Amino acid sequence: MIAQAIVDGFLSGAIVALGAIGVTFSLAILRFANFSHGDLLALGAYSALFVLLMAGSTVPGAAGPLSTPIGPFSFGWALPLAIAFGMLLTVAVSLLLERLVYRRLRRRSADPLTLVFASFGLALVLRNILLLLFGADPYNYTSEIQMAVRLPGPVLVLPDQILVFCVTLVVLALLWVFLQRTRHGMAMRSVAENPVLSSIAGIDIAGTVRLTWIVSATLAALAGVFYGVTVQVRPEMGLNLLLPLFTAAILGGVGSVSGAVLGALLISLCENLFTLVIPTTYKPMIPFVLLLLVLYFRPLGLFAPKGQR
Amino acid sequence: MLSYLIFFVTVAAILSIATLGLNLQWGVSGQFNAGVVGFVAVGGYGLAILTMPASEQLLVRLELPFALGLAGSLVVSALVALLVGLATLRLRSDYLAIATFGIATSIHLLVNNLEPLTGGSRGLVGIPRPFDSFGQQDFAAGYLVMVLVLLGLVCAGLQALLHSPWGRVQRALREDETVCAALGKNVVRFRLTAFVLGAMLMGLSGALYAGFVGTTSPSEFLPIMTFQIWAMLIVGGSGSNYGAIAGTFVIWGLWTSSGVVIVSVLPPQYQAQGGAVQAILIGLILVLTLLLRPHGLLGPRRAA
Repeated sequence: MIAQAIVDGFLSGAIVALGAIGVTFSLAILRFANFSHGDLLALGAYSALFVLLMAGSTVPGAAGPLSTPIGPFSFGWALPLAIAFGMLLTVAVSLLLERLVYRRLRRRSADPLTLVFASFGLALVLRNILLLLFGADPYNYTSEIQMAVRLPGPVLVLPDQILVFCVTLVVLALLWVFLQRTRHGMAMRSVAENPVLSSIAGIDIAGTVRLTWIVSATLAALAGVFYGVTVQVRPEMGLNLLLPLFTAAILGGVGSVSGAVLGALLISLCENLFTLVIPTTYKPMIPFVLLLLVLYFRPLGLFAPKGQR
Repeated sequence: MLSYLIFFVTVAAILSIATLGLNLQWGVSGQFNAGVVGFVAVGGYGLAILTMPASEQLLVRLELPFALGLAGSLVVSALVALLVGLATLRLRSDYLAIATFGIATSIHLLVNNLEPLTGGSRGLVGIPRPFDSFGQQDFAAGYLVMVLVLLGLVCAGLQALLHSPWGRVQRALREDETVCAALGKNVVRFRLTAFVLGAMLMGLSGALYAGFVGTTSPSEFLPIMTFQIWAMLIVGGSGSNYGAIAGTFVIWGLWTSSGVVIVSVLPPQYQAQGGAVQAILIGLILVLTLLLRPHGLLGPRRAA
C-alpha cells in the first residue's frame, strides 16, 4: 500500500512539476501569480484531444494507421503529433494574450495585482470556451486496455506512466541545460533576479518575457497532455490543478526550477500518502494546508537559506 | 411581476453587501481576494447551522434566533479571514490571492463532505426565515425592507469609515507603503482589518441570502460567484461604494436577463453550454473593463 502510494506520488508529481515550473517562472520573471496557468494545461490537453479525435484514436479498436498502439503503450503515433499541436496552440494563445492583455497592462501600471486580476478573468474565459466546445463530460485519450507492469513491492504501474515519467526527466534535463548554458536561459535567470540591472546590461526584456511565455506554455501543454494520458481530460482540470501548481512553486521557493520540481513531488507524495489515512474526498485540500503551513513558517520556500529575505 | 421585481431587488441588494466588502478589500485597501464565494458560503452556512431546527442528522442543534445567527456567521467569517490574512499579509501581495483561492476551494470541499454539519451535497433545507408568519407576499416585502435597511447602514458605515483617520491611512497606504510605515503606522494591521471587515460583509451577504431562500447547498455557492462579484465591483468602479452598488444591479440584471434569454432560446440539451456563454461574458467584461475603462462607471479617477 505505502509503496504503491509513493510510486503513484512520484508519477503524478512529475506532471505537476512540469506545470509548476511555468508558475514559478511567471511569479519570478513576469512577476505575477498567473491564475490562468492551470487552464493553459487544459488547453494543451484539449488541443491534443482534438488531434486524437480527428485520428480516430479514442474509438475502441481503432485501426487507423496513426492509432495502432505502439508496443506496450495505449497510444499510437497520433499522440506525438497531438503533443506537438497542443504545444503550438498553447504557445500561440499565451503569446496572443501577452500581446493583447498583459503587455498593455504592464505598460500602463506597475501594480502586479492588475495582472493577477486579468489572468483571473482570462482563466474563466479559457475554461468556458473549452466547456463550450467539448462539453462538460470527461474524455479519455484512448479506450485501449493495457497491461500493468508488476514491480517489486508489490507495485503496479502502467507502461504509459513509466514513459511519461521518463520523458519528464529528459525534458527537465534539457530545461536545466537551457537555463544554465545558453544565452537565452541566462537572460531569463537574470531578469528573474533583477529586471532593471538586466536591461542596463543590454538584455532584451520584452523578448525575454515572450521567451518565458513560450517555455511556460510548452511545458504546460506537455503537462496537460500527460495528465490526459494518465488520468483524463475535463474542462475544470485546470482549476483543480491550480492549487497544487501554486503550492509547488511557493514550497520550492519562487524562481527556483529545482525547487518547483521538488515541491511538486512533495505535494503529490503527501496527497497519495495522506489519502491512505483520510477520506479521498479531502485530497484537494492537502495542497492548501501545505501552502498555509509554508507561508506561516517558511515563506521563502523550504529550501531557502535561513535569514534571507 | 411585482413579486419578481421584489425578488430581484432583494437578491441584488444582498449581493451589493458582498460587493461593498470586496470594495473595502480591493478598492480601498488594494488586496486581491480570489475566493469571495468562500466567505459568502461561510456566512450562509454559519447562519444555517446556528439557526436550523434540531434534528437527528445534525451535529449542531442550537436553534438560535435569526439575529444571533447573523452575528455568529459574521464571527465565523472573520475567523476564516484571519486564518488566511495572518499567513499572507506580510508577504508578496499576490500570495493573498493564491491563499484566498485555496480557502474557497477548501470551503467548497468541506461543505460538500462534512455531512453532519452542513448536510453534504444536499445542503440544509428549511432554515427558519424571519417574517415567515406574515405569508409569502409580506415575507418578501418585510425581508426586502430589512435588507435595504442593512445595506443602508453598511453603506453609511463604510462612507464614515473612509472619511475617518482610518480611511485616510488606507488611502495613504495605497499611495506609499514605506512612508506610512515610517510614520509609525502598522501596515500589516491596517491591511488585516480591512481584509477581515470586507470578509465579514461577504459573510453577512451570504447569511442574508441563506435566510432569504431558506436553504443552503454547495450548488448555491459556485466559483462563478467570485467572478460575478468581481465584475460587479469593476464595472461599478472600484473605490466607490455607490459604484459598487450600481455595478451590482447592472451585472445582476445582465446575468439574470441573459439567463432568461438562454433558457428560452437554447434547446434543453445545450443548457450547460448556455452557462458557459454566460461565464465567458463575465470573463470578457472583467478583462475588457480592466483594459478599456479601468475606473469603471463611477470609480474615482486616480492619477496613474
